[in-house]
Amino acid sequence: MATVYIPALMRELTGGAATVEVEGQTVRQIVNALESRYPGMRDRLVDGDLLSPRVNVAVDGYVTRIGLMERVGPTSEVHFLPAISGGRGG
Amino acid sequence: MRTADRLSRSNQVLATTHYRVVGTRPIRHDGVDKVVGRAVYGADFKIAGLIHGRVLRSPHAHARIKMIDTSRAAALPGVRAVITGRDFPEADDRWQDLGEGNVNLKHLSDNVMATDKVLYRGHPVAAVAANSPHVAEEALKLIDIEWEILPSVLDVREAMKDSAPLLHDNVTTQEFGKDTGKKSNIAQHFRHELGDIEKGFAEADIIIEREITTATVHQGYIEPHNATALWSADDSITVWGSTQGAFPVRDQLVQVLKHPISKIKVVPTEIGGGFGGKIPLYLQPIAALLSKRSGRPVKVLMSRSDEFQGTGPSPASWIKARLGAKKDGRIVAIDSTLAMEAGAYPGSAVGAAAMCMWAPYDIPNGRIDGYDVVCNKPRSFAYRAPGATQAAFASEMMLDELAERMGMDPIELRLKNSAKEGTRRIDGPVYNRVGAVECLEVAKNHEHYRTPLEPNRDGKKRGRGVAHGFWFNVGLASSCSISVNPDGTITLIEGSTDIGGSRTSIAMQAAEVLGIAAEDVRPSVVDTDSVGFTHVTGGSRTTYATGLAAYEAAHDVVRQMKDRAAKLWEVDSATVSFADGTFTTGSHRIGFKDLAGKLGHTGGPLTGSANVDPGGHGGAFATMICDLEVDPETGKVRILRWTTVQDAGKAIHPSYVEGQLQGGTVQGIGWALNEEYVFNRDGAMTNPSFLDYRMPLTYDLPMIDTVIVEVPNPGHPYGVRGVGEVPIVPPPAAIAAAIHNAIGIRMNRLPMSPRAILEDTGVIPRE
Repeated sequence: MATVYIPALMRELTGGAATVEVEGQTVRQIVNALESRYPGMRDRLVDGDLLSPRVNVAVDGYVTRIGLMERVGPTSEVHFLPAISGGRGG
Repeated sequence: MRTADRLSRSNQVLATTHYRVVGTRPIRHDGVDKVVGRAVYGADFKIAGLIHGRVLRSPHAHARIKMIDTSRAAALPGVRAVITGRDFPEADDRWQDLGEGNVNLKHLSDNVMATDKVLYRGHPVAAVAANSPHVAEEALKLIDIEWEILPSVLDVREAMKDSAPLLHDNVTTQEFGKDTGKKSNIAQHFRHELGDIEKGFAEADIIIEREITTATVHQGYIEPHNATALWSADDSITVWGSTQGAFPVRDQLVQVLKHPISKIKVVPTEIGGGFGGKIPLYLQPIAALLSKRSGRPVKVLMSRSDEFQGTGPSPASWIKARLGAKKDGRIVAIDSTLAMEAGAYPGSAVGAAAMCMWAPYDIPNGRIDGYDVVCNKPRSFAYRAPGATQAAFASEMMLDELAERMGMDPIELRLKNSAKEGTRRIDGPVYNRVGAVECLEVAKNHEHYRTPLEPNRDGKKRGRGVAHGFWFNVGLASSCSISVNPDGTITLIEGSTDIGGSRTSIAMQAAEVLGIAAEDVRPSVVDTDSVGFTHVTGGSRTTYATGLAAYEAAHDVVRQMKDRAAKLWEVDSATVSFADGTFTTGSHRIGFKDLAGKLGHTGGPLTGSANVDPGGHGGAFATMICDLEVDPETGKVRILRWTTVQDAGKAIHPSYVEGQLQGGTVQGIGWALNEEYVFNRDGAMTNPSFLDYRMPLTYDLPMIDTVIVEVPNPGHPYGVRGVGEVPIVPPPAAIAAAIHNAIGIRMNRLPMSPRAILEDTGVIPRE
């Protein structure tokens, strides 16, 4: 299962858990799995059919350019990061 | 020391891998045009029927436009068009990627020209196109505006208070996707957290706390913004001008003008510096609308005063931090709060600042809070490693203080805590192969660091300081195509505007693949109709990502030429191999150039192409050593000697890498010692010229010695890491450490100008 690092300001949704393990082969599936376990998570991360433009996602240390479509491996680490103007990276 | 000896020892490359073309120093392809003044910059551009536009800017920092009447201006003989914010289509209230971050399109449009409210002095409110620039300037004086002046706020801490005047009715604080519903100038709050900071601080033997402020500074590129636009009768728009990204300009024009992408072409001219400041839109949509109204091509130029007051500087900041360490120097916890001035609209560099602040170190427990705060200053934008310089000023000074309290060498302390492959940053990601340790080791063993400071002279106090810094770099999309000429040379088409010699560094990567010389490549930077999408020249990405596109396009050429060789030899193309510029199979062999001469009768012209959007950019570290002397009577600081050590992964063209290291270092020195926007109580900048906004001159500086360290980035075939941004990160902290070493004072603010030093040493009272 992939390990998802929950942003500090979203941990109210996970009961304070900083990391959670969920199944998913893409970031979209990871978000769906998070939503089913922690309702409200999707609204914070997704805008329509795309990753929110205010959010970056890094899989195994690299900030992906394809958002929800990015592949996630069985032992991957997934980080959701704030994407605000003036810099982006991983 | 003789000058020649000094220059010869000033730059070193510690290469780990050697190639045929990569790593050499050919003459740049655009060198002659630039040296003789033939290169065409935006202000040089001419076209038949050209008229001239000028922009009217707000005299107030915060005011409502109650009435605007342009009739007198429009009636002036020679005036052909007048526009105001109401002539722009209503922009969408959504966010779009601009390369070094996201921008709200409504805010972008409102920043191009205000509609009902101005948010800073210099905010555009109207524009005129006329037969001459002088008539346009006269016409601006005839535009009548009735203002309702509003209270303004110019400081990040003041703007964060509940009692501060609000800039926007619709900005509420966002917390990672959650709208708190609270109307505030704090547009966003985020937090990174790792480990258990309470436990970490409980384990600490030494705790250091610091609070720092930094001033607003400008990129200071030498060429002002410019744009020429032609809105044709068929509604196609062509825009010429200086930009860090023709495609992002096109995409922003689509949104701001609500115009089809297929009807907009952006032609980049040569660019006289950008450093992040030429990513956003300012003049292009104004020139386009003036052209639509007048039916003529319109050129709009900024003055230097417009530049300072109307474009996006690097944000002023307030940073408070706490650090806990064990007796042996190991850092066990940090806690930091960063607040940065976004200026008129949300989107400061605080996100990047938070990512970089403690990134050079392996710290098990940490928390970083970031606040993006609007205030009545120009909307801030990227400036070379956006946010990281401000953050490193705080964190690196604390490292220096920790080293002093431990009685430990400051580089040894950094080595003890250094990030390396496998280290997890406080914001989450784990490092791949990075060169932090290598940079520190090279600095520690450098002759500069091992040579004692010369004694104080003439009442001046000498000091030495070191600092270390990080920038993450980016990848993003790039495209290239290569056409093979019959003489074996190639034409390389790319979309990355060339700021620092990237034509050549990209051409060299293609030449390396094809086994030809760099001089056999003719690189051209073309318009948005002539190559695939290419993102900005920014984020230290161009040599990495567009270089990767050239590398892949060259391999596409090789694949196709293998087919041609196979056709020539009547063999299966799978049996043809290519190495060192020669195609071979069995007893057959033919060089790249000879085969190029046979393309005409083996199938005709041949073009290779590639589009990439890589994610393997590697972060970069730099370590700097600074010697200086302080005059305690005047507060003046003179830099005596400087060494910049930086990991480039692989320096494709070492001279350009050295240029980036020296340029970034010098900008950091200016930021440290002199540069700042000075505002009066009404929110007007009082020093909007290079006479009063003091940037370093050659007379102010010694030779900036450089050492290029090469720890290959596994995400690039030659190991390239972006190099353009990290060299601006450590200088202010290195200078602060050296000032402390010289006079025993820890400066907590930028700039560390003569006045600031005299105030902090008690020679004059604090203003």
